[in-house]
Amino acid sequence: MSKKGRFSWYYFSSPQSFYPLAGTLQPWFAALAAVLCAVGLYISFFVAPTDAQQGESYRIIFIHVPAAWMSMFLYLVMGFWSGVGLVLNTRLSSMVATALAPTGALFTFIALWTGALWGKPTWGTWWVWDARLTSELILLFLYIGFMALQAAIDDQRRADKAGAVLALVGVINIPIIYFSVKWWSTLHQGASVSMTSAPTMAKTMLLGMLIMALGFWMYSIAATLARVRCVILERERHTDWVAAEIGGQT
Amino acid sequence: MIRALGWVLRRDLLLAFRRRGDVVNALVFFVIVVSLFPLGVGPEASQLRNMAPGVLWVAALLACMLSLARLYAPDHQDGTLEQMLLAGEPLVVLVMGKVLAHWLMSGLPLVLIAPLLGLQFDLPGDALAVLCLSLLIGTPVLSLIGAVGAALTLGVRGSGVLVALLVLPLYVPVLIFGAGSVGAVATGTGAEAHLMLLGGFLALALVLAPWASAAALRIAME
Amino acid sequence: MLEARQLECTRGDRRLFSNLSFKLDRGQLLRLAGANGSGKTSLLRIMCGLVLPSAGELFWDGRPIRADREEYSRNLLFIGHLNALKDDLTALENLQCAAALSGMPADAGSALAALDRFGIAHCAELPAKVLSQGQRRRAALARLVLSPAVPLWILDEPFSALDVGAVVELERMLASHLASGGMVVLTTHQEVQVVAHAILRVDLDLHTTALRAA
Repeated sequence: MSKKGRFSWYYFSSPQSFYPLAGTLQPWFAALAAVLCAVGLYISFFVAPTDAQQGESYRIIFIHVPAAWMSMFLYLVMGFWSGVGLVLNTRLSSMVATALAPTGALFTFIALWTGALWGKPTWGTWWVWDARLTSELILLFLYIGFMALQAAIDDQRRADKAGAVLALVGVINIPIIYFSVKWWSTLHQGASVSMTSAPTMAKTMLLGMLIMALGFWMYSIAATLARVRCVILERERHTDWVAAEIGGQT
Repeated sequence: MIRALGWVLRRDLLLAFRRRGDVVNALVFFVIVVSLFPLGVGPEASQLRNMAPGVLWVAALLACMLSLARLYAPDHQDGTLEQMLLAGEPLVVLVMGKVLAHWLMSGLPLVLIAPLLGLQFDLPGDALAVLCLSLLIGTPVLSLIGAVGAALTLGVRGSGVLVALLVLPLYVPVLIFGAGSVGAVATGTGAEAHLMLLGGFLALALVLAPWASAAALRIAME
Repeated sequence: MLEARQLECTRGDRRLFSNLSFKLDRGQLLRLAGANGSGKTSLLRIMCGLVLPSAGELFWDGRPIRADREEYSRNLLFIGHLNALKDDLTALENLQCAAALSGMPADAGSALAALDRFGIAHCAELPAKVLSQGQRRRAALARLVLSPAVPLWILDEPFSALDVGAVVELERMLASHLASGGMVVLTTHQEVQVVAHAILRVDLDLHTTALRAA
């Protein structure tokens, strides 16, 4: 790559120079997230047609499915940054991984919550041991485990590295868990009604879902950037530049 | 390398033999947990027969997890773990030795006693055989994955609960196919596919888990 | 030859020492001095390769030690403040296990002789948990007798809990190890009388105060 590109990569991999960059980018991503979510919600609630079989209640998939996508995607991203942090020993990557976990857990929780809300009118119960819901539940446990491990270790360097190993083990396991659960659920209840293969997905439905997914994606970036800034401040609190930063604001 | 593995194995087996009580306690825990279920759900034979694979497997998961506390923590406390890191042998090999000893002392006894408990649940003969076979293939996976969790939580406060939090979700595939294999015999679909997949997990865990465990140990000792 | 260049160690938020450089040649003894909490044990663990320094690098025969940690490990013997004895194994079994794991299997005869050197041959068949503090230390130090071929000995407070006789024996062992071209790094609060052609001294207090002044 060009000399300039490499230079900026290294430049922004230091927490000190990433901090202001994150501060500049964060509002833009937040605004983008707000706009996309507003458009997505408008399409899902007012434009998309009513489903012939499930009536209006199906509309919850516009939140449920993108949240489920994001929850899995964010774990992969977390695993990626953990791996980078472990191999290259860059502090910022570990901080990003740490900052990603709560957002991922949040989306996992939303996916579970909306899944339950959808289950009540559709299946008549709040919870079904459907493959998707079950693997989301296990994913939530994985997120909680990651956060609990990092919280339990006092030494920051060790917390980063141990979390990274766990995240990588999790990344290898997620597909295995996912397919195991899928196998298990087909075995036990036959072909269940799957939420994504909702009868004949209309084009507007797909569009709404994609826009919502994009909105969630932007939100994840914005939330992660905001959290990384907090993490950076907390960990670098003894350095001169943080002192100057905080001093300048008061 | 093999000699070092042998020494670790010999040492850990000797230690386990000197502390037989710990091994027996884990086994008794397994028996008690399994025996509590009929008391909880009632003695109806067909219901118990349906539940048996799941109950036995979940109890095996818990028993194996309990014994993880003994895997690295005592060595960490008395400094022998430090010496293993400095042994001049690949740490992965020593980890393999320790995991093998752990399985012989915690997994294998479960395999041996499981048929007796299966009889309590009125499992037919072919199901009992598959149960044993599935435990024989599956429990080493539990030890291998558990070793990663034990290494990650080494010396951390509240590590007992934490290790459960980390490891139990990762045990899900083993539970599904382990218990599923016994269930498959009952429904007459045959357990081969399940057992093959369990074997696949074992191969994967054998390749990856010792590395992860060794890396986690190095991190924990820093 | 062991060389440290610009080592720095931080623990949590605290910087223990920085800018620490030294060279240790064959036949030399390095004594680390410093107040409690000045980072002596941390430095020893860095020198063993157990911990990476937060800055700087260690070299063994000119190669960075992290390039091949296992190879480096074969060149050193570390006795920490923990004795690395399993309570349920006998002193003899402990010694044989430790020796075998560090790649120098010892038969019962030579292991027993090593224990005898530190005067605890009569405890060889006793489980380590019934030994006194001093006897446990001797049982740990008996590894030194089996490892004359290992060039670098790193000892954390080796003289603690030892009585006069054992101290003399240990001093004699260190001297003969140095005389045959070995290297010794140790921390101690007592004055050591080891015959060596060079005794280096690194005072960690100086490195921390220098840092505070800067």
